Amino acid sequence: MAEQAVDRQEQEYPENHRQQQAAQKEKKPKKKISGDQWVALGFLAPSFILVLIFVYGFIGWTGWVSVSNWNTLVPDFSFAGLKNYIYLFNDYRFQADLRNTVFFTILFIGLVIVMGLGLSILIDQKLKGESLFRNIFLFPMALSFVVTGVVWQWLLNPSTGYNQFLALFGIQPKWYTDTNILAGFEWGSIEFGLPVAIIAVVIAAVWQMTGFSLAMYLAGLRGIPDELREAARMDGASEFQIYKKVILPMLMPITVSVIIIMAHISLKIFDLIYAMTGSGANFVTDVPGVYMFETTFRGNYYANGAAIAIIMLLMVAVFIVPYLLANRRSDG
Amino acid sequence: MATFNVWKTIKYFILIVMAVLFLTPVYVILVTSLKPLDEVSLANMWALPSTIDFSSYSHAFSELAPNFMNSVYLVIPATLLSALLGAMNGYVLSKWKFKGSELIFTVILFGMFIPYQSILIPLIQFLRNIEMYNSIAGLVLTHVVYGLPITTLMFRNFYANIPDTMLEAAKIDGANFLGIFRHIIIPLSITGFVVVAIWQFTNIWNEFLFAVTITNSDSQPVMVALQNLSGSQIVQWNVQMAGALLAALPTLLVYILLGKYFVRGLLAGSVKG
Amino acid sequence: MKKLFGILLLMVMALVIAACSSDSSSDGGEDADASDGGDSGESAESGGGGEGTVEIFSWWTGAGEEDGLLALIDLFEQEHPDITVDNAAVAGGAGTNAKAVLATRMQGDDPPSTFQVHGGAELNEGWVAADKMEPLNDFYEEQGWMDKFPQDLIDMVSKDGNIYSVPVNIHRGNVIFYNKQVFEDNGLEVPTTYDEFIAVADKLQDAGVTPLALGDKEAWTATQIFENILLGELGPDDYKSLWAGDIAFDDDRVVAAAEKFKTVLGYVNEDHASRNWQDAAQLVGDGEAAMINMGDWAKGYFSNDLDLETNKDFGYFAFPETDGDFMVITDTFGLPKGVENPDEVKEFLSVLGSVEGQDAFNPLKGSIPARVDADESKYDEYGKDAMKDFNESNLTPSLAHGSAAAEGFVTKANQAVNIFVTQLDVDNLINTLKNAASEL
Repeated sequence: MAEQAVDRQEQEYPENHRQQQAAQKEKKPKKKISGDQWVALGFLAPSFILVLIFVYGFIGWTGWVSVSNWNTLVPDFSFAGLKNYIYLFNDYRFQADLRNTVFFTILFIGLVIVMGLGLSILIDQKLKGESLFRNIFLFPMALSFVVTGVVWQWLLNPSTGYNQFLALFGIQPKWYTDTNILAGFEWGSIEFGLPVAIIAVVIAAVWQMTGFSLAMYLAGLRGIPDELREAARMDGASEFQIYKKVILPMLMPITVSVIIIMAHISLKIFDLIYAMTGSGANFVTDVPGVYMFETTFRGNYYANGAAIAIIMLLMVAVFIVPYLLANRRSDG
Repeated sequence: MATFNVWKTIKYFILIVMAVLFLTPVYVILVTSLKPLDEVSLANMWALPSTIDFSSYSHAFSELAPNFMNSVYLVIPATLLSALLGAMNGYVLSKWKFKGSELIFTVILFGMFIPYQSILIPLIQFLRNIEMYNSIAGLVLTHVVYGLPITTLMFRNFYANIPDTMLEAAKIDGANFLGIFRHIIIPLSITGFVVVAIWQFTNIWNEFLFAVTITNSDSQPVMVALQNLSGSQIVQWNVQMAGALLAALPTLLVYILLGKYFVRGLLAGSVKG
Repeated sequence: MKKLFGILLLMVMALVIAACSSDSSSDGGEDADASDGGDSGESAESGGGGEGTVEIFSWWTGAGEEDGLLALIDLFEQEHPDITVDNAAVAGGAGTNAKAVLATRMQGDDPPSTFQVHGGAELNEGWVAADKMEPLNDFYEEQGWMDKFPQDLIDMVSKDGNIYSVPVNIHRGNVIFYNKQVFEDNGLEVPTTYDEFIAVADKLQDAGVTPLALGDKEAWTATQIFENILLGELGPDDYKSLWAGDIAFDDDRVVAAAEKFKTVLGYVNEDHASRNWQDAAQLVGDGEAAMINMGDWAKGYFSNDLDLETNKDFGYFAFPETDGDFMVITDTFGLPKGVENPDEVKEFLSVLGSVEGQDAFNPLKGSIPARVDADESKYDEYGKDAMKDFNESNLTPSLAHGSAAAEGFVTKANQAVNIFVTQLDVDNLINTLKNAASEL
């Protein structure tokens, strides 16, 4: 296995050089490559090579395992075709994971944006204690998911935590122990719809990551020149209209950045859920990251685990490809 | 004027309510860490400790202290290197574009999205082959590589806002690629470095999966030691919470001291999408 | 600033050169990182334990268990001052993190000198089947151990006539701990049959007490209840036959056990999914719930952490209908293939398997020794009781703790139980188990 991994990397090298050479060749007819451009390529080379090995080499390895028969402790690289993928898509737990990921990602990204934007607009109002508020909202980012997972497990526990206060209002949500699926309908072997329990996990994740979008939006707001708002006011726009027509559109690029960064956290989420709820009753809070970890390292289903990883990567592509295309277009 | 004040009060009210909500987890961590073990239970999670008991802290501290420096040796070089490499990449990819540079950017950026659990086995085999397994150096390398996509992204966006005319002027003055990087780009990107450094520092400090698999017991960072405070079957939550606070001090300090620059740095980069 | 930048640039250039030169020698650049990182970078490559070092890999990092392990290491170092012990413990998730690290290391051909593994299928169908373990028959003969461990237990660490590991401790899985006060207040007797258990549970429910506490945030706690019901329903011999594949999962008695499991789940606390077993045990400690089925490590939690007194505040009895049986959870240590210094590792195993070793470890860990000739006086009231039962009972392997079936099956069984706890669909559970049984 070790040799195979190395072989793979060796194969990547020539390809890497070829790509660079190709890049240079294409450039040649237009103008000569200056010394500076060589140095520029030298700047990129170490990162590029490292990424080729550590990202693409290893993904290649994972992809290869995912079509093998390696589902015990004994490595078995014989070709299994799509057997592992077919197994997963028929698997109750994996179907539940896909559903949970979809809803977790939508809710998480949506709330992080709304909260971050809302709080940053409030903080940007030149109020007293601005830096105190900012630090309060930023600090959860400094904590490890492993720690916050445990605390939120307590806070959103149905028999204690916030429910001790909510009892005053006669509400007792079951939080992450709720096994209901909202607006559910039969889909494969599971019920597709919003798992109520996932909301609890979203709250914890939003608490942790709102600081990031807040900081991004705050920076964006500060970057909008006052003259623009003044001009809009002169035109008789209300504060609300100014935000809607002038400021929010200007913050659009920031929103895109936030979505990309949050999407990569959301689709890979593992530590938080592992520490907070685990898979949940009936897998209502399970996600592919947790399933992969358990099936690989507890169940020794290496090929199944690898297949989960590849599917996760493909899901990521759904987010990142449009972003990259848009990027290329805007950069002309 | 009166309506203005009403608005202001509402704004403060919302902010204060949110701040209190944001702080409740901290309250729970703090209160739990000060309790003796027999008072720690789910039912009494809000209650103040009957007596303030610092023994959890001394216990946690003695367990974590040996690993604390490992984390420092890990996080400082890893943060600096990944930031520097990110800056270099960002500089080339935003200011020295060539045909195919967008493709290279895409190739690097995609690395951000791989689920790390899936590549543990080839990663360890590779590190063993280059004799860096079971060492902090190996962990540094790992964090540098997997940090590259995001640092590259951040710096590229940051540099995109530095006007090209500035570079052109420098070129006319005879500055070359390196000269521009050193004398123009680096001084201009201090705030960018702060943002990237904060992000990387926190992520690497808090990372557990690589830390536990790549290092052995002598070189394990503090997050692994923190996890080791809990047993396989019994967890002493007061010690666990005290340890969590102690282990989070450096990152908290970074945020409190540099929080202002974080926003300023993002501002300077204008975080273009 | 300039100087710092210079240094950084130098480091990066070193990295560039190293990275470009070849794939295998790129450590040149990394030395630069290491020197930046101080002296800690030098500790590279000590995995597997070099000459004179024994690396002990376990998931014992918690309060009592770590003390036990350290006492054992102390004892070993006194006897062998020339051998250093490297205590490589990885905590969390009842050993899951440790298993992930172990699997990664074993797959990467970097085994620790010796590692913790549950006796039974986890060992035999796992590492032994993967051909990663050395047989220890001669070593057992040498040490004169063949009659020092119960035969049932030796069978549990053997495959095809070869012995592969040394058990250090025993926990019992078919124990119910109960709140004495609650039982007294409601005038209840300890139930010994399933029907008595249901009668007791009904009375408790009427009295407004949760009859059975469950914390199945991790599914194995529920699986544990199911396996005990199975044991009661099938009896020890057929229970073992079930795992050997000689009895099918759609056998009437297995279906009956699933029905009983469904009934029992009607008596648990509503918020079971939000609790781990400790949180559930607190309910029993507080008197909000009356009973909990848990491995006897819970005894240590009751007496050390909750400050409750054995046989005064809380009592214990065998899971209904499993009185003469002992659901064994045993931690064992073996000798992986490819270790550099097998003789030194055997020295450690010999201390681990000795009376002194077991009596140093177990009282602190809160378990009982695996040997039959240990010193009873070193154990507490519960321990003495358990030792007596251990010597007299039928020993059966636990599914929830990986002894009864391969880990692949256990993972699937836990998933099936997790779904069952919510859906209570007996047919579905039986079907899933039957399908997964092809992996037994």
